[in-house]
Amino acid sequence: MYTMKNYVQVQSLEEAYELRTKNKNNVILGGNLWLKMTTRDLSTGIDLCNLGLDRIEEDESGYAIGCMCSLRDLETNVSMETEFGGAVKDALRHIVGVQFRNTATVGGSVFPRFGFSDVLTLLAALDCEVELFNKGRVSIKDFILDSPDHDILVKVMIKKDKRKVVYETLRMTETDFGVLNCAVSVKDGKYTIVLGAAPRKAKMVEVDPCSNWEDKEAKDAWLEEVVNQYIFGTNMRGSKEYRRAMAKVLITRAVDRLGV
Amino acid sequence: MKITVTLNGKRIEAEITPDMMLLDFVRSQGMKSVKRGCDTGNCGLCTLWLDDKPVLSCSTLAARANGKKVTTLEGVQEEAKEFSDFLAGEGADQCGFCSPGFIMAVLALKKENPNPTAEEMKEYLAGNLCRCTGYQSQYRALCKYFGIQEV
Ligand SMILES: Cc1cc2nc3c(=O)[nH]c(=O)nc-3n(C[C@H](O)[C@H](O)[C@H](O)COP(=O)(O)OP(=O)(O)OC[C@H]3O[C@@H](n4cnc5c(N)ncnc54)[C@H](O)[C@@H]3O)c2cc1C
Ligand code: FES
Ligand code: FES
Repeated sequence: MYTMKNYVQVQSLEEAYELRTKNKNNVILGGNLWLKMTTRDLSTGIDLCNLGLDRIEEDESGYAIGCMCSLRDLETNVSMETEFGGAVKDALRHIVGVQFRNTATVGGSVFPRFGFSDVLTLLAALDCEVELFNKGRVSIKDFILDSPDHDILVKVMIKKDKRKVVYETLRMTETDFGVLNCAVSVKDGKYTIVLGAAPRKAKMVEVDPCSNWEDKEAKDAWLEEVVNQYIFGTNMRGSKEYRRAMAKVLITRAVDRLGV
Repeated sequence: MKITVTLNGKRIEAEITPDMMLLDFVRSQGMKSVKRGCDTGNCGLCTLWLDDKPVLSCSTLAARANGKKVTTLEGVQEEAKEFSDFLAGEGADQCGFCSPGFIMAVLALKKENPNPTAEEMKEYLAGNLCRCTGYQSQYRALCKYFGIQEV
């Protein structure tokens, strides 16, 4: 557990950014779940809870999700459930428990770019951008490649672009981190395949569908080609060989569920 | 710093430190049902309701509860007793250490979804760990409680 000298509910993002950049021990407070496990001596905790960023805004083109929304807000959003065919819920439902997901925020889950993140794996398969206070709008792809700095994640924007998306994960127990996470979406006949927890940060590749999914040889060759584009690693949850083999299984399940 | 919280229906004003967790705050106010069972946010024992939503009080800053309603097991005594008598009658619990967080989660589920399916029930309660039962006795009792056909 950390210690923290001051707590400030800021009145503007400008105030938050000024505080954040003034001292490396001033931190943005999300749901505090990850932060709590650090043993730092923090100076000021910057709370964005008064800035109306705990809302999911929606229009015909898409969603703008405030960084202070909880993971549970995403999971229970009826419109997103319909738009993305249950994939949002599938990605979030294994993250510890309901009371945990009521506490965890979107900002705290996305900004640190955790390698194990279910949230990032899902977002990378969607037409998604993040709005950062300093850098402005950045595509999710570039955002993932970049490392966390002193910026503030303000919103996550997801377009409604009629893509179909499904989420698959392999876990040793129901609520543990994923051994491997997988999101696959399809739009205009092209697949976006994302693997997370490999155990690196989520990586997406765009590929054409298999020439003949019903033909075992064609299917195996296609899967081999797809997984060759990822680097797998070993940690306490699984070896790189295991992850590589399981990647083919999860991608197959996802493609079967997409049914295209 | 000072916060004002409606704790189990009573408005209180109290002095806290900026890094005080809601768990330690409610315990300092006598709500000793709320306990810390882990260091990682995994066990659910510290579950209470913040503005009626179940959250982990071990990880929520007390400062964030300012102006809000906080409900612990002590604030829902009647429903809690009814449910824990039911659990005991079914022989569902053992040492009872996990019960305070578990009961707050079950009652939250009942409010949010009074007729859950077995899957919905399991998913809702997955964040409450129990070191004794292996979950089968709780599962059987809860199926009965919610009128679910056991699968
Ligand atoms: C036991 C445990 C199990 C978990 N299991 C999973 C899992 O299976 N799958 C999964 O995807 N995730 C998992 N997580 C991660 C979890 O879902 C949360 O993402 C994580 O705890 C952080 O969310 P938070 O809102 O609590 O952020 P905090 O802990 O408050 O913040 C995390 C970091 O982000 C910074 N931050 C917060 N908000 C912003 C913002 N708006 N802009 C810039 N920086 C910000 C903070 O300063 C801090 O550095 C797990 C976490 C724990 C503790
Ligand atoms: S004490 Fe274990 S989750 Fe809060
Ligand atoms: S009954 Fe002992 S911890 Fe659950």
